[in-house]
Amino acid sequence: MNRYPVWKYLLMAIAVLAGLLYTVPNLYGDAPAVQVSAAKLTTKVDSNTATQVDQLLTAAGIKADYVTFEGTTVRARFTNPDTQIHARDVLAKGLNGNADPDSQPYAVSLNLVPRAPRWMTYVNAVPMYLGLDLRGGVHFLLQVDLKAALDKKIETLVTDTRTLLREKSLRTAVARDGVSVTMSFHDQPTAVQAVNTLTDAFPDVQWTSANDGADVKITGVLKPAALLKAQSDAIKQNMTTLGNRVAGLGTSEPVIQQQGADRIVVELPGIQDTAKAKSLIGRTATLEVHMVDESAEAGAAVTGTGPVPFGDDRYLERNGFAVIVKKDIVVSGDDLADAQPGPDSQNSGARVSLTMNAKGARIMRDVSRDNIGKRMAILLFEKGNGEVITAPTIRGELGERFDITGIATISEAADISLLLRSGALAAPMEFIEETAIGPSLGADNIAKGLHSVAWGFAAILVFMCAYYLLFGVISTLSLAVNLLLLVAVLSLIQTTLTLPGIAAIALTLGMAIDANVLVNERIREELRAGSAPQTAISAGYERAWATILDSNITTLIAGLSLLAFGSGAIKGFAIVHCLGILTSMFSAVFFSRGLVNLWYGRQKKLKSVLIGQVWKGAAKAGEVAQPDDLVVEDAAVAPVMPKRPGAAR
Amino acid sequence: MEFFRIRRDIPFMRHALVFNIISLLTFLAAVFFLVTRGLDFSIEFTGGTAVEATYVKTADLERLRGITSGLGYGDVQVQNYGTSHDVIIRVPTKAGIVQGQVPGHIFEALCKAESGTVGTRTETTAKGESVTRPSCVDAANTEPVVLKRSELVGPSVGDELMRNGAYAMISVVIGIMLYLAFRFEWKFSIAAIVANLHDVVIILGFFAFFQWEFSLSVLAGVLAVLGYSVNESVVIFDRIRETFRRFRKLTTMQVIDHAITSTISRTIITHFCTQMMVLSMLIFGGPTLHYFAMALTIGICFGIYSSVFVAAAIAMWLGVKREDLVHTGQKSEIDPNDPNAGAVV
Repeated sequence: MNRYPVWKYLLMAIAVLAGLLYTVPNLYGDAPAVQVSAAKLTTKVDSNTATQVDQLLTAAGIKADYVTFEGTTVRARFTNPDTQIHARDVLAKGLNGNADPDSQPYAVSLNLVPRAPRWMTYVNAVPMYLGLDLRGGVHFLLQVDLKAALDKKIETLVTDTRTLLREKSLRTAVARDGVSVTMSFHDQPTAVQAVNTLTDAFPDVQWTSANDGADVKITGVLKPAALLKAQSDAIKQNMTTLGNRVAGLGTSEPVIQQQGADRIVVELPGIQDTAKAKSLIGRTATLEVHMVDESAEAGAAVTGTGPVPFGDDRYLERNGFAVIVKKDIVVSGDDLADAQPGPDSQNSGARVSLTMNAKGARIMRDVSRDNIGKRMAILLFEKGNGEVITAPTIRGELGERFDITGIATISEAADISLLLRSGALAAPMEFIEETAIGPSLGADNIAKGLHSVAWGFAAILVFMCAYYLLFGVISTLSLAVNLLLLVAVLSLIQTTLTLPGIAAIALTLGMAIDANVLVNERIREELRAGSAPQTAISAGYERAWATILDSNITTLIAGLSLLAFGSGAIKGFAIVHCLGILTSMFSAVFFSRGLVNLWYGRQKKLKSVLIGQVWKGAAKAGEVAQPDDLVVEDAAVAPVMPKRPGAAR
Repeated sequence: MEFFRIRRDIPFMRHALVFNIISLLTFLAAVFFLVTRGLDFSIEFTGGTAVEATYVKTADLERLRGITSGLGYGDVQVQNYGTSHDVIIRVPTKAGIVQGQVPGHIFEALCKAESGTVGTRTETTAKGESVTRPSCVDAANTEPVVLKRSELVGPSVGDELMRNGAYAMISVVIGIMLYLAFRFEWKFSIAAIVANLHDVVIILGFFAFFQWEFSLSVLAGVLAVLGYSVNESVVIFDRIRETFRRFRKLTTMQVIDHAITSTISRTIITHFCTQMMVLSMLIFGGPTLHYFAMALTIGICFGIYSSVFVAAAIAMWLGVKREDLVHTGQKSEIDPNDPNAGAVV
């Protein structure tokens, strides 16, 4: 009765092997690396950068373990810190040249990457990500002012409505009333015409008309879907902008996540200086449109043969060509509503479609009408330095929506539109939480967490082995498998490990032993009642199972509630706790039974099991104890011989 | 070895009234301290600023209190954190103060008091990670005080945490009650929840009495303990059901006594093992895990007491009967969910 079919043993072996594979990367620790990321919005880091890094390193005779491009950064891993620092210097010089610190295109920084062998990453076997309390760094929680984003949107709507009605010669006074746009007309036909015009122009606004005395009053409210979209767009744009800004810090694995409806979490490992990080996050990149000066003097200034004419500025394009622009700003990024890439229908290249708000559209219309055939330049300013993103020629009169065409590829168009959109924040943000954790504190916390788990585990191991003998050994083995599987699952789903998370691992192990104790006690009880060893083992596991299931489910309910309502550190705790309950059910019931079956299952004439002493003067149900009946003592270790020889049921 | 050699059932339920009165008194004491003293909520809940710093020499708390009270932040708390070299300075939120500048100002004041100057240090750790941090360097180019951690929580976040904590607690209670009512019977579900909420209140009572800091991780510990000690009651209830089934002649009181007696060794051994783990956290976990482990310790001790003496007694007072648990349709012995059901005979 105590035998598993072969596939169950196989499953056990597979579980242990998979557990080892996914746990092991955590044990390798970190290796020194050099990271290259974009320091400016206009710098693009891609696989070409990786090739360039590789070439620079080879040219300098530095051997890197590997150079890899991931997401937005290129990383090169080295065997020791000396090579790492040498490589950093080589790369900084090779990539940035002699650019001054404020306008360097690349951020070249020192940080750490997992030391685990490369092939492991191909099967997703990567170490857990350490939370800031374990590695040091800064954490910010930003509250996005969605109301402001909405305000801006409604303001724009009011202006746009006003402009549109004026164009259509529908005379009225457009006003803002809270979250709605209102206007009134003297007669019904004009009102109907106005509603039709407005519905065509602004499909995501709900326009309703109502009689207000002699007049007809029209009210426009953003549709709920449009409202939600406006909010989620604002959050997304803010996150993109933040992503661009922190990329320049060169920190490894920055985290930018939405939390709840209107909050953004930013975590920057390896940085403890909140002031610097905050100034960087709060940094604004602004967009400006200028006219290009195409006079002869300016032409001379472009080639460098003459001075920059009075009232002009000289800026560089991304490909390094100089552009001389007039100092007057035509429109700024505040007036840009949207920018989207798309294929160019007339030429073979791509285009970027820009949408201006009403004020921007009016200015663009006037300026472009007077300057057909001339060039305008779109500039992006960061840290006070301007750069020309593109300088197209005006082909015709521009309006609210216009395209920049003649862009070589669709991916370049996508980059430009991202830059145009991400220059500024869609909604203002406020810091509502900030934490800075020093690197020494992080290392300290790791040590404390590990010691807690290790010593607690050791204490349980010693006790269980002494008290339950062989069954204690099996219990601790299955507890070890539980730990292995838990760490493996946590690594596999890439959870962030925090100190409360380590505490949850410890607590889960301490609670998981319950299932083993239940089983072992039950087996002893069966033996006490006179069952043969094989029967006792089988009945012990079967009877304990219902109890184990019940008790684990109640614990799981608590864990899931924490998961649902917790945030931050609590969430980390809850994830580990819930997963731990699941792995413990596997290891304490299925796995430990397998070990017992493997050891005892084949012995047909099993006479005794090593489960510690089983005392036979057990209580009969219903009999009430006398005070002297309760004997608590530490008896000598002696396996008991059951009266009847064991026989298979 | 076997610790528990119990010849006959121990008549726990004969003394049920005494146990319940003891529980009631502890419970009332806990409520009394909660009301009169209240919990010392951490800044995660109240909002505010905390700065943790390490001194090379032993930190002189009185002197630090003098320095920080001069900054005009109101009621500033200065305490040791972990060792005598580490201090934590807590500043409440106050109108008219730009919270973001508080950690900087405090560190500057601490640094000045050690006659050092505040700057930024970029260094590479031995492993090869470049780290930038604020530093305080004195004339001898050493760092008399190091900023270990600063934490700043806006007041709005705290309210939300408090609310979410309450929601989490309520959903744990409702979830467990529903499950137990479904798996056993409503009388057990009420008994288990009353017994275990009484544990929670007692843990909170301890925190109120000693004015220990109640942080988010303590809350997590309290909720985990709630699930854990309910599982204790479940084991006993399971056994009560089984005893009702197996011994038809016994009275309810005898059944409960038998169930508790036959599970008592498992109860104590399990809790002992869990407590060893928690003790290890208490000893090695440092100040961050200290109160978490403390909450668990109290929870585990009172969890044994309440599951054994309170939960079953309440079920008894509620008049639990054989008919409540043993249904006419006999449940099959082998659970269909048993992963071992397929074991070869």
